Amino acid sequence: MKDYSSPIYTVRRKLRPFKGFLYLLPSIIVLCVFTIYPLIKTFIMSFMEDYNLVNGTYTAINLENYKELFSDATFLAALKNTGIYVIFVVPISVVLSLIIAVFINDVVRGKALFQTLYFLPYVTSVIAIGLVWRWMFNSNYGLINSILNLFGIESIGWLNETKYAMPALIIFSIWKSLAFNILIFLSGLQTIPQDIYRAARVDSTPKMRVFFKLTVPQMRPIIVYAFMMGFISAFKVYNEVYSLFGGTRAGPANSAITVVYYIYTKFYNSYRYGLASAAAVVLFVIIFVFTMIERYVTRDRDKVKSK
Amino acid sequence: MTMTKATKKTRSQHIKMKPSAIVTKVIEYVVLILGAIFTLLPFLYMILSSLKTYQELNAIPPVFFPSIPQWSNYVEAWNSAPFARYFLNTVIVACCTTVGVLITSTLSAFAFSRLNFPGKNLVFSIFMATLMIPGEMLIITNYQTVSNLGWIDSYASMIVPYISSVFYIYLLSQFFEQVPNELYLAAKVDKCSDFKFMTKIMVPMNKSCLASIAILNFISSWNAFLWPLLVTNDPNMRVLSIGLVRFQTESGADYQLTMAASCMLVMPVVILFLILRKYVLEGVAFSGVKG
Repeated sequence: MKDYSSPIYTVRRKLRPFKGFLYLLPSIIVLCVFTIYPLIKTFIMSFMEDYNLVNGTYTAINLENYKELFSDATFLAALKNTGIYVIFVVPISVVLSLIIAVFINDVVRGKALFQTLYFLPYVTSVIAIGLVWRWMFNSNYGLINSILNLFGIESIGWLNETKYAMPALIIFSIWKSLAFNILIFLSGLQTIPQDIYRAARVDSTPKMRVFFKLTVPQMRPIIVYAFMMGFISAFKVYNEVYSLFGGTRAGPANSAITVVYYIYTKFYNSYRYGLASAAAVVLFVIIFVFTMIERYVTRDRDKVKSK
Repeated sequence: MTMTKATKKTRSQHIKMKPSAIVTKVIEYVVLILGAIFTLLPFLYMILSSLKTYQELNAIPPVFFPSIPQWSNYVEAWNSAPFARYFLNTVIVACCTTVGVLITSTLSAFAFSRLNFPGKNLVFSIFMATLMIPGEMLIITNYQTVSNLGWIDSYASMIVPYISSVFYIYLLSQFFEQVPNELYLAAKVDKCSDFKFMTKIMVPMNKSCLASIAILNFISSWNAFLWPLLVTNDPNMRVLSIGLVRFQTESGADYQLTMAASCMLVMPVVILFLILRKYVLEGVAFSGVKG
């Protein structure tokens, strides 16, 4: 018989409610050290003028970093580029993915094959496949220009002319982003109740009508989700730019610079820690806003579901 | 009964014979095949380019197929940089983070879905809130932390920050919640400890979800770039993605070798994906359906 009055059992009983924390301990430590602490620290650093990462010195606490950031032509260019990127990549990718997903869902043969093929870019290293695109965009030997030449269009200096750097990045990114969207649309299509389609089939409603009147409204929450995820990942683009333009610069005359690329260069190459932190905070705020919009829409959807 | 079956059959035959339906099907297949070509083209181009000679790759106008596949490009690329070492580093980092993520996710998901403790909802909310923090904004401070710990040029710097993932904790706790609570209560009656219940009941019952987490985490660790780029200077500590870009800058002229090296980085993951397709697709689809 165990003696339950012994002190060790009293301690055990008192600690029992905290057992959950014991299970969470590894995650809590990692999260605190590598997510929550750096988040707070980055906020603080963004207000420190001339912060030195090595010995922790700074000259003053003020808004200088933010002032400099928003008067820095490179940062404004990064924001503008991200804007262009969002306007082109996200809607084109969503529309194309939706069409492809609906078609895959509709065809009888090769469903699994198409699903697998279209998903490949998602699992592929952006760095490695970016180097392939770099060669495909090569103005002399590249595949893309030789296809254009076939149609009588003259060669384009995709990667060495400032006005074509963004279009090149956009084409590459659309290619990359289709995979995720197609997959989530396909799984969304499978959750649509089939009886409404049967009703439409009985009435022999044209397919285009079915698509716009049934599929799109049913898929609305997932479409919004795809848009928001597209916006969020657009602000985090870095690897694509690095591999497409060779890592030394963000395109000719930095014409394809992005926010994360800016943070990285200011931090790692010019040791401007405060300025880089301020840019990081701006990135956080933008993503926070989009996440809130996404959460709001998702909450809406959950309500509908639980009804 | 037989009547309805018969009418159904005639109706479906009727639809099949409609010319407009045939046109729709043809359009669907044409679009899907064109899209598949667009998707596969870079992969095909990578493989073909990796088998070309320098002259073929730099020919004007470009030649699409190599006349004789130059398999020696792979040998040459492999030998001109320590790719064996890069492979080893990548595998070590990817395996360790994956094991770490599996352990921490199981423990945390179990705590959130089965245990009761004060402040559970608050802790869960904090965990979920961190999902919206972009990892890219944390690199400055994390770099400082890692260098203060003396972890620059070590495996620890690439593994430890990634051994816990809130998204996978969330995913797994959704699956744990679906396990009927009666099982847990029955186990309690039988004096089965929480830990034993977790390892003997919860883990085996959710094997496929854990498999999804393992493969997805392995792939993202394999493809990681920005963070390893920051924390490794020593060529011996490079992972494949870093080794590849360094190799490309050093041997830029011989692009066929860069393509061979790219293949070496891409193909293992593609093969892994083709084998474990179901788990990858289910894991990623979950994020879309659940938001």
